[in-house]
Amino acid sequence: MKRIVPWLVPVLALAVAVGLAGTLYLIFYVTPLERTLYFNQKIFYWHVPNWFVLFTTVFVCGVASAGYLKKRDPRWDDVARAAGELAVVFGAIGLVTGSIWGKAAWGHWWKWELRLTTSLILWLTMVGYVLVRRFAGAGSERLAAGLAVFGVVNVPLVYFAVKLADALQQESAHPKAQVVSELTDAMKTTFQLSILTFFAFYALLMLVRTGAIRDDRRVRELRERGLDAGILEP
Amino acid sequence: MEAGLIEVAAPPVSCPPRAAGRTTGAVGPSTAHRTGFLRLAGAVAAKDLRVELRSREVVYTMAFFATVIVVVFSFAFVKDQRALIEAVPGVAWAAVVFAGTIGLGRAFDREREGDTMRALLLTPAPRLAVFAGKTVAITALVISVEAVVLPLCLLFFNVDLGAGVLHLALVLVLGAVGFAVVGTVFAAMLLRVRSRDVLLPVVLYPILVPMIMAGTKATGALLAGAAGDAWFWTQFLAAYDAVFVIVALWTFEALVIE
Repeated sequence: MKRIVPWLVPVLALAVAVGLAGTLYLIFYVTPLERTLYFNQKIFYWHVPNWFVLFTTVFVCGVASAGYLKKRDPRWDDVARAAGELAVVFGAIGLVTGSIWGKAAWGHWWKWELRLTTSLILWLTMVGYVLVRRFAGAGSERLAAGLAVFGVVNVPLVYFAVKLADALQQESAHPKAQVVSELTDAMKTTFQLSILTFFAFYALLMLVRTGAIRDDRRVRELRERGLDAGILEP
Repeated sequence: MEAGLIEVAAPPVSCPPRAAGRTTGAVGPSTAHRTGFLRLAGAVAAKDLRVELRSREVVYTMAFFATVIVVVFSFAFVKDQRALIEAVPGVAWAAVVFAGTIGLGRAFDREREGDTMRALLLTPAPRLAVFAGKTVAITALVISVEAVVLPLCLLFFNVDLGAGVLHLALVLVLGAVGFAVVGTVFAAMLLRVRSRDVLLPVVLYPILVPMIMAGTKATGALLAGAAGDAWFWTQFLAAYDAVFVIVALWTFEALVIE
């Protein structure tokens, strides 16, 4: 792992740069206009992969937190922390792009609808997670890990609560998953390339951020050892 | 010191018949363990409630805070000089959750001030018994607040529930249990953290969202006379409680280490 990371980061960075530029080109110059939504469907190519990444990173954060609670190995915690921070970033991007799309497609910036509500609650949980990590001080690792586990368990509950509330009232208006099967070949290729690019982007950010957090922790540990040994001045 | 030792050593002499009676016969070893667990949890809950009953500090402040919230909201949601009945579910649950958070914070601050949480965790009682006892005590506090909020809401908003009151009581009790389970875990975790007063609602409310949603939906359905929908959300609340009881039991031991 130590030998792979140094050259994996630039390679991934290059791939992501090419991928983002390439998908932009494909989105605006190659893919045809969609039948019902016309031009504003273009945001779909980045908005949806972004949500895939968000749910992946939340899942990673939850699993790593559970691993940390079980094994007490701080390396799990480094991964969880990086994943949690990225969840806030990707969540913010998703909510903003979603709002823009919503304004264009439905005429509203926001709707209290199944996926929007679920994502918002999930995002709020992750913001809480980052706040705890940032402001709770020493010993917040365990608290944050607990919050992540509770947050991940909460996702299906929120989803079903909103879904059932919707079912009792009216049909959900969010674009459905079967949209993908109605895409033309050019659209599908662009979408798949975009998914790949976003996951490469996520992997890149995870590698860099986990590394930074790990180094941060090691410096802190070394400092504490130095203080204990009397080598460093407090 | 010597006397103390003798006192500690003395009970086992008289103990064997009782202990033998407990572990043999119809009651198997596992059941004996479980009754022990329940007794310990009950002892923790009784201790918390006794401390509370002596000062009544938390319950009075919680109840008054909830009252103020209901009054403020009933001013806020007024149309044609009448309070809007549609606002009742939201007002009632917001009051319960806000007041409950205050109560949670105070109940655990009390443990922190005397540094008694450490003592509690150092006893040979299993951590989960401590958790269960604390949860029961918090549930009782929240229910006592609900007992104030519900009549107030019905009064200020001019609602006549009829036979739905019993159902609404069940919904509120289920909500109180859910709140206490999640809240106890988080408040116990935050015990040693600075700025815990701010962080408790920040971490607690997103997790409580499904409970608040189901609670308000059930209350709204009862007010509208739709017993079927209300029953559905009552079941959802029960499922929520069950899921988080499991998660809390699974994580509490790992999370709360002094």
